[in-house]
Amino acid sequence: MKTLEPILREHPFFEGLEPSYLALIVGCASNVVFKAGDVLFRDGEEANLFYLIRHGRLALELTSERGPFTMLTIGDGEILGWSWIIPPYHWHFSARAVEDTRAITLDGNCLRAKCEEDHHLGYELLKRFARILEDRLRATQLQLLDVYCPYPGEKR
Amino acid sequence: MSPGPCESPMRPQPYVVRGVRRETHDVFTLELEPAGDAAPLAFGPGQFTMLYAFGMGEVPISISGDPAGNTMLVHTIRAVGTVTRALERCRKGDVLGVRGPFGTCWPVDEAAGKDVVLAAGGIGLAPLRSVMYRLLARRERYGRIALLYGTRTPEDIVYRDELEEWRGRLDLNVQVTVDRAGSDWRGNVGAVTTLLPRAEFDPANTVAMFCGPEVMMRFTMLALMKRGLQAEQMYLSMERNMKCGIGLCGHCQLGPFFICKDGPVFPYDRVKWLFGREEI
Amino acid sequence: MTTVNGDMTEQLHDKRTVVIEPAGLDRLIEVLSRQGYEVVGPTLRDGAIIYDRLASTADLPVGWTDEQGPGTYRLRRRGDNALFGYAVGPHSWKKFLFPPALTLWRARQAGESFEMEAETAAEPRYVFFGVRPCELQAMEIQDRVFMKGAHIDPSYRSRRENIFVVAVNCGHAGGTCFCVSMQTGPRATFGHDLALTEVVGNGSHYFVVETGSGAGAEILDDIPHREARDEEIAAADRLLCDTAGRMSRELETNGIRDLLYRNYENPRWDDVAGRCLTCANCTFVCPTCFCHTVEDVTDLDGRHAERRRPWDFCFTADFSYLHGGSVRSSAKSRYRQWMTHKLAAWIDQFGTSGCVGCGRCITWCPVGIDITEEARAIRESER
Repeated sequence: MKTLEPILREHPFFEGLEPSYLALIVGCASNVVFKAGDVLFRDGEEANLFYLIRHGRLALELTSERGPFTMLTIGDGEILGWSWIIPPYHWHFSARAVEDTRAITLDGNCLRAKCEEDHHLGYELLKRFARILEDRLRATQLQLLDVYCPYPGEKR
Repeated sequence: MSPGPCESPMRPQPYVVRGVRRETHDVFTLELEPAGDAAPLAFGPGQFTMLYAFGMGEVPISISGDPAGNTMLVHTIRAVGTVTRALERCRKGDVLGVRGPFGTCWPVDEAAGKDVVLAAGGIGLAPLRSVMYRLLARRERYGRIALLYGTRTPEDIVYRDELEEWRGRLDLNVQVTVDRAGSDWRGNVGAVTTLLPRAEFDPANTVAMFCGPEVMMRFTMLALMKRGLQAEQMYLSMERNMKCGIGLCGHCQLGPFFICKDGPVFPYDRVKWLFGREEI
Repeated sequence: MTTVNGDMTEQLHDKRTVVIEPAGLDRLIEVLSRQGYEVVGPTLRDGAIIYDRLASTADLPVGWTDEQGPGTYRLRRRGDNALFGYAVGPHSWKKFLFPPALTLWRARQAGESFEMEAETAAEPRYVFFGVRPCELQAMEIQDRVFMKGAHIDPSYRSRRENIFVVAVNCGHAGGTCFCVSMQTGPRATFGHDLALTEVVGNGSHYFVVETGSGAGAEILDDIPHREARDEEIAAADRLLCDTAGRMSRELETNGIRDLLYRNYENPRWDDVAGRCLTCANCTFVCPTCFCHTVEDVTDLDGRHAERRRPWDFCFTADFSYLHGGSVRSSAKSRYRQWMTHKLAAWIDQFGTSGCVGCGRCITWCPVGIDITEEARAIRESER
């Protein structure tokens, strides 16, 4: 069977990571494919996977009494999921494929174990997550500001 | 085409409405032609005119058409006030007043040989459309071109047909996102900055141009700096109240600048000491 | 007439210094009126010295002076017959060159279109009679705004090019004056056709008159005068020297542009905002404030439209209105804009300070905010 290592190496998330670590991580990886409409996971479920998207588009949805509300879509080269690092390891949103999507999943238990064993690897991964967390936080702030809204009570 | 010293720069020239297109529930596009045998208005991408609706008033509107020899003067306008609502009621054959063009241009020529990232927010796509026309007219002069466009909802997307056409081109990376959408929306959701990871460019050899609300431009700038762009590679279009368009009335001041004549397009480097400050 | 192109405001002519008796000034008004000029200058109205039509020197505030301080203005008798024994009042000459309200054009509806009416009306030709040196500088500053940029205001230019300027050097320092700091007075050095220094006292009353242009020199032919004696010139010089020494306040201009640009976030702006009423009086009386708005209006049937250009003021909320809100919604930001524009941004925009040190904004501020004190507080906060 062909190893997933070249795919991991090419993914922007792992850019610059030492090859020895890639070799270590590849043991946690699986190749997955989703069809448009497939639900990857639902809000509240146990979070045990980390997704590296190779190609496609996923919608991250918040559930409400009026049905799902898409807060973000992500696509090629992006990642999904950090709930597997943070106890109690539950998803806080649902993910659904908007298009046919190919991805690599990394098993959370497996990754956690490796990070605990080697904190340098853990720090390398956390730095990468921190950057993405910051990007997403900023993007969410901008989205919440509703900057394109025509102001109420306008005149001219 | 600025008026000679003897002519009052405050007197509008008559233009006939030749086309009206509805873009969204509150945005529309007007195509104007000079009345009589006057020459078409020569302008650069990023410039604006003062559009006059008879008796109602005048508003600054950026030019969103093709700068290359087209006889039509194209304006995309959001109906948010008395004058813009009066302009919204225009029909073919009506006559409007036009003064201009005024202001500075986007650095389209300076971008030759480089990758180009355009980030547009909301109606801010209008002046960047003129840039797109110029880039596409000489596509071979540029490296990769990315147009990232964020707006409020799918219903607020302007220039749908053109965006669709551009998205189909292999030599362009055109991405559209919305802040919020119903479940029937198949496209992207998220702030315009979430599109950046999908744009490929060489940070050392890129020119970025932004047009949209200041907050949106600020976030985009920060995100691009994270990707390695420097302040001097970024250009933005600023907006303030404008009454005259010619640097006399004083309304559009931003520190030492008059947006109407020193802008609206600024190298970010020039305004960064004022940008994002409150109530300047 | 004074030339107004470029920095050369003084035409080449054989400069003369002569003496004119008070009666000679009446003759001057008469001669200029006969040439078709409208003579305007200081006169008493409603307890203040303002600028309006003068038929003769009798219309001047003869024998009056003013007491000025922050938020204070009072007229008082001098006890002599001085014609110019006071400082500047609430008016400035900008009201003639840049009128508080002006119709720019008229148009009428014609089917789906409209027709612009032809430009009309020659602008009035004014004699500015009694222009103070700081006011000459104020005019020079407004020239840069309205005539020296990419776009020229034709109305301003045609008024400006036709004025005849009789300047008056200051023998009295007003209670809020600081022209010495701004290097604009108390002696007129440019921009006039004639410059008078009034010498009154010890039983004599005369004007030492310097010509500032060919037109100024020429008009002397029609006015009784004699060559000035050395002691008369010396008396006038002494007077101006005394005035310079009696400035009520100072404004340190060294590095002020960068000082203010550095201090957008200074807490002093909150302090001044606690006092400022955003009434815009300071901009009304300022001889250099040029902001205006553009209003389009129609008559009742909507068929005739016109464009008007009234003064506008950076202290109003509407001034910075953008998409449903004001960019400068706080008093703090508006005062900061006014002062930073005046003392800092102006230098970038027009190559000169926007302040001439006339003190009007201090006198006419209802709560007595003093621009020199505010600038000093900001400077001292950095120490």
